[in-house]
Amino acid sequence: MTLSTTTKRILAVITFGVLGLIYLPLLVVVANSVNPSQSMTWPPRGVTFEWWERAAQSAGAREALVTSLQVAAIATGIALVLGTLLAIALQRYSFFGKHSVNLLVILPIALPGVVTGIALNNGFRGILGIDLSLWTIVIAHATFCIVTVFNNVQARLRRMGTSLEDASADLGAGVFTTFRLITLPQLRSALLAGGMLAFALSFDEIIVTTFTAGGGANTLPIWILNNMFRPNQAPVVNVVAVVLILFSIVPVWLAQRLSADVEPAR
Amino acid sequence: MTSTVPDTDQAPAPALRGPVARPGSRLLHRMVWLRLSLLLSAPLAWMVLVYVVALAALLITSLWSVDSLSSEIDRTWTLDNFRTLIENEVYRNVTVRTIGVALAVTVIDVAIALPIAFYMAKVATPRARRMLVVAVLTPLWASYLVKVFSWRVVLSEGGLAEWTGLGSPGYGLTAVVITQSYLWLPYVILPIFAALERVPDSLLEAAGDLGAPGSMVLRSIVMPLLVPGIVAGAIFSFSLTMGDYITVNIVGGANQMLGNLVFVNAGAANNLPLAAAIAMIPIVVMLVLLTAIRRTGALENI
Repeated sequence: MTLSTTTKRILAVITFGVLGLIYLPLLVVVANSVNPSQSMTWPPRGVTFEWWERAAQSAGAREALVTSLQVAAIATGIALVLGTLLAIALQRYSFFGKHSVNLLVILPIALPGVVTGIALNNGFRGILGIDLSLWTIVIAHATFCIVTVFNNVQARLRRMGTSLEDASADLGAGVFTTFRLITLPQLRSALLAGGMLAFALSFDEIIVTTFTAGGGANTLPIWILNNMFRPNQAPVVNVVAVVLILFSIVPVWLAQRLSADVEPAR
Repeated sequence: MTSTVPDTDQAPAPALRGPVARPGSRLLHRMVWLRLSLLLSAPLAWMVLVYVVALAALLITSLWSVDSLSSEIDRTWTLDNFRTLIENEVYRNVTVRTIGVALAVTVIDVAIALPIAFYMAKVATPRARRMLVVAVLTPLWASYLVKVFSWRVVLSEGGLAEWTGLGSPGYGLTAVVITQSYLWLPYVILPIFAALERVPDSLLEAAGDLGAPGSMVLRSIVMPLLVPGIVAGAIFSFSLTMGDYITVNIVGGANQMLGNLVFVNAGAANNLPLAAAIAMIPIVVMLVLLTAIRRTGALENI
């Protein structure tokens, strides 16, 4: 099919126009973090770092940041172990119910967030009768973070093939030795990429978190949500939003670099 | 496996030193099912105990009720919650509104995604294509909450939307549709792009050589091959919109969607059974939708 130059131009304008629009609101938030106007009127008249200073001094935001880091770190740790075990089981063995297990891993992020949230909330409070705390957030986050580790490790295992592991076993290495010396080193960058994606996913999550957070344990997204509607806090929220952008984009960018670096070498 | 030398006391030797392995390891090597169950037990236990049980409990809880005096959960079977959902006008309106918003978002996203995906897959040079894919993927990972917040700022009084002269619709359902379309657009572009990439260029060229005008090529060759991609993208945007209630909190003014009712009943109203029953609505809507789509056969190629 031959497209006329005009059609191509129109398509290019739509594509670049829309992609530009996708980044525009984020840039506005970044610019507003130094906007002197408290109600963030556009365009900014001047540059101020007052909000950054106030955000750095905000005890609530700092506590929330620490909570978020703790939750993301523990949830990522659990997801790394469970996701890797699952990926090995599903990629290296065939068994009855394999497809159901595969579906089960994806389910927590495939179902609407509200459903996952209320199911866990009801499970913790209504059925088990335990109070919501930092740990209920961790359990919820680990559950939907497993899939990112699982996907990365499974893709790597598929590319690796089994020849090196078979050779290791033929040379007499035991199951654990082979895993430690052959499988794990090859998985390292996949684990790092999956772990960083899991970390970013957990750091950023809000819907399931609103249903499972309690006992004064506020993550950064929840802190933002609670303070967004207070006019005098709005500029500080804006600064925290910029921090959140950095925390979610940087790990993902690194993770993509990691998977990209390895791919040509297969 | 040639391992015959028992070597019980030593730590696992380096692989090069010869056929030595601990008995435990040898047992594992022989018993495939044992290895498999050791691998599967921990993650499966987690997923089943935390998630499957929670989903099952949700279904059961929706059939319980709350004692209006003691506000304790009364564990006798009843369909009262579902009767409330059907009879009470509020729930009907909110359900219709949620589905309406989800439909609007889906239609807008597919309409915007089609030309972009086409440009990326069939017009752009390979180098530009790689850059465009990264450009579409990156905002996917930027914080969801920040993206909604950024629209609150853009649409605010004296914000960017007013400054450009386009004017702001203010906080309300229009703002919700704009924001959600923005949030889920990459999820719609990517599957359509993937489907388009699989359409061989030679097919389009052959159609052109045989004299088909561009519009006819699009209609009779490209579109049929695109259906699975469009369906996948539409399912993503529809399901994500159904499950989101934070956006409507932030830019929706006083409007409510199903998620808000779930949240209020689970929290402030302290009526977990009713919250569980309301949560069944998006599940049922998604199941009906998926079954209907499966009937058309569009799901098989995803």
